Amino acid sequence: MQYIPNIIFALILIAGIGFFVKNIRKLIRNIKLGKEVDRSDNKAARWKNMAKIALGQYKMVRRPVSGILHVAVYLGFIIINIEVLEIIIDGLLGTHRVFQPLLGATFYGFLIGTFEILAALVFVSVIVFWIRRNVIKLKRFWNKEMKGWPKNDGNIILYFEMVLMSLFIVMNASDIAFQEAGIGNPISQFVYPMLKGFTPEMLHIIEQSAWWIHIVGILIFLNYLYYSKHLHILLAFPNTFYAKLQPKGQLDNLEAVTKEVQLMMDPSVDPYAAPAEGVEDEVPEKFGASDVTDLNWVQLMNAYTCTECGRCTSSCPASLTGKELSPRAIMMKTRDRMEEVGANIDANGGTFKDDGKQLLNDYIIPEELWACTSCNACVQECPINIDPLSIIMDMRRYLVMEESAAPQELNMMMTNIENNGAPWQYNQMDRLNWKDEE
Amino acid sequence: MIVPTMAEMMAQGKQPEVLFWVGAAGSFDDRAKKITRAFVKILHQANVDFAVLGTEESSTGDAAKRAGNEFLFQMQAVTNIEVLNAYEVKTIVTCDPHSFNTLKNEYPSLGGKYTVFHHTQYIKKLIADGRLSVNDSILKNKRLTYHDPCYLGRANDEYESPRDLIKRLGVRLTEMKRSKSTALCCGAGGAQMFKEPEKGDKDINVLRTEDALETNPEIIATGCPYCNTMMTDGVKFKEKEADVLVLDIAELIAQANEL
Repeated sequence: MQYIPNIIFALILIAGIGFFVKNIRKLIRNIKLGKEVDRSDNKAARWKNMAKIALGQYKMVRRPVSGILHVAVYLGFIIINIEVLEIIIDGLLGTHRVFQPLLGATFYGFLIGTFEILAALVFVSVIVFWIRRNVIKLKRFWNKEMKGWPKNDGNIILYFEMVLMSLFIVMNASDIAFQEAGIGNPISQFVYPMLKGFTPEMLHIIEQSAWWIHIVGILIFLNYLYYSKHLHILLAFPNTFYAKLQPKGQLDNLEAVTKEVQLMMDPSVDPYAAPAEGVEDEVPEKFGASDVTDLNWVQLMNAYTCTECGRCTSSCPASLTGKELSPRAIMMKTRDRMEEVGANIDANGGTFKDDGKQLLNDYIIPEELWACTSCNACVQECPINIDPLSIIMDMRRYLVMEESAAPQELNMMMTNIENNGAPWQYNQMDRLNWKDEE
Repeated sequence: MIVPTMAEMMAQGKQPEVLFWVGAAGSFDDRAKKITRAFVKILHQANVDFAVLGTEESSTGDAAKRAGNEFLFQMQAVTNIEVLNAYEVKTIVTCDPHSFNTLKNEYPSLGGKYTVFHHTQYIKKLIADGRLSVNDSILKNKRLTYHDPCYLGRANDEYESPRDLIKRLGVRLTEMKRSKSTALCCGAGGAQMFKEPEKGDKDINVLRTEDALETNPEIIATGCPYCNTMMTDGVKFKEKEADVLVLDIAELIAQANEL
C-alpha cells in the first residue's frame, strides 16, 4: 500500500512525457514536410549564433523593458527546473528532499534560496507581462491576427507561470522542517507565518498538495507547448542554429531556374532536340511556393518557433501604414496550414489527401505579399532569427512564374527590363546621355 | 564631362582601376542623374582611373528578382556577368544600394565575382588612401539627418561609411528615432518603386519623412536614388520643400568641395 503514491507518480510521469514525445514526433514529421535545404555549412558561426541569440538572449534586450523581464523569466524557468529533477526523484522513490543530505544543508539551502528568489522574479515579471498585454494594451498584442486563440494563448501561458511559481513557494512555506531549519527560504519565510493557523497535519497536506499540483502542472505545461505559441522555449535553439548566415539582403538564386537559363543561353543546345531517355517522365519543378510543402524545412520550423511577440509587425513599414501585411501573421498562417496538412495526413493513414486548399489564397492573400518592401526590418527585429521575408519572396515567385499574376505595373516594369534593360521605358542606347547633360 | 567607357578603354589597351556601375536610376532618372554626375566629379577630383559600361550596362535584375521573377533576374545577371567578365572587371563601385547588394551578394554564385563598393564606402577609402579630402567649411553647422537605405544598412550592415563622410562635412547630424538597424524603409524596396502601394492608411514615404522632419533638418541625406525619390516626394507632400533639401552624400561632398 505504501508504494501507491510512487506508482501513481510514475504513471503520471510516463503519461506526461510519453504524450509530449508523441507530439514532438508529429512536430518533426510536419517540419520535414518542407523541402530540403542545406544548412550544414559553417558550424562554428551557427553554434556562435545559437549561444549568443538563443542562450544569450542578445537580441531580446534591444527592447530593454520586455528584454530584461524576459531574461528574468528565462533564467528562472531554466534554473528552477533543476528543482524538478529532485521532485521527480522524490516522487519515484518516495523520499523527501533527497538532495538535502547529498548536497549538505548549507549548499542545498543556497540552491533552494536562489530558486525562491528567481521564482519571485519570474512571478513579478509575468505580472508585468500580463499588465502590458491586458491593461496597457501594447499595440503589437492587439493587431488583427491576435484575436481569439492567439490572445488567450498568451494569457494562459502567463497564468501557468504564475500558478507554478506560487506553488513552488507554498510548497516550501508549508514544509515545517524546512522552515524551522531556516536555510534557503528567503521568500517562503514570509509566507510561512500566514500558514501559522493550520495544524501540522493540515500543513503537511498543503505541502503535499502543492507538491503534487506543481509537478502535475509542469507536465501539463510541457504538453501544452505543442498546442501553443510557446514552443520557442525549445525551438529557439535549433532555429537560431539553422538560420541564414548570409547578408540579410542576399536572396537565394533558384537552382532550377539557373539550369533553364543556362540551357537558354547555350548556343550549342538544340531547342528541338528530343528529351533524353527518362527525362520526359520528370515532373517539371514548381517555381516558388503556393503551399507549405513548397517551403523548406527551416521556413516551417520558423513557423513553429514563432512566439507571436509581434516585434516584426511593429517594425514593418507596411504594417505601420495600415496595409494588410503583417509578418507575424505570415508565420502564424504558415503554421496553421502546416497543422492542417499534418492533421490531414494523420486522418488519411499517413498520406496527404487533396483538400482543395493551399497556403496561398486560403491563408495568405496576394495583397499581403505585394505590400512587402523587402526591407528586412522583420528579420532584423526577430529575437530568434525567424525569416518571414523568405516566405513572402517564395510566394511572390509562385505568383509570377507559375501564375503570371503580378500587379499590372510590375508586369510593365518587367517587360521594360526584358526589352530595354531598365525598369522604365527608356532606350538602352540613351544610357550614357547623362554625361553630356547639365 | 569626361566619362570613358570600358569599350574605349579596351580599345586603348587600358584597364581602369574601378568600374562605375551607374544603374538604371542613375542613368535615366533626372534626379538620380545629378547624383551620378556629382559622384563622377568626386572621382575626377581624386584622379580615379574609372570607366562605365555605358550602353553595355543593363538592369542588374534586382527589381525583377524582388518582384518574384527569378527567370528575368537570372537572364539579366548572366548577360551582365558575361559583359563584366569579358572586360575582366575586378572592382565595381555604384551609387545604388540595390545594385550594390545584387552585384555583391547574388552574382557570385552565377559566376560574377567582384569586389563591390557602395559609393560611400569608396569615397571613404579614397579619403583613407589620401586621394581625397573633404572641405568642412561650406556646409558648416547645417542641420542634417541621415536616412539609412535598407539595402545598404540592414541588408549589408553598412551604417558607418555614410556617417563617417557626414562627420567630415562639418554639419550637425541629428539621428532619427528610427536609425541604423531600426531605420524605417522609405517604401521603395522590393519593387514597390514601380507600383502603387497596397491599400492602407498612409504612405510609407510620408511616415519616414515625418521621422526625418522631427529632427528639424535643413538637409535629409541619403545614399540611394530610390530613397531620394521617396523622401523628396515625402517632403513635397509635407509642403516643406522650401526648407528641407533631400541630397545624396555624393552631392553633399561635391558641394562641400565646390565641384
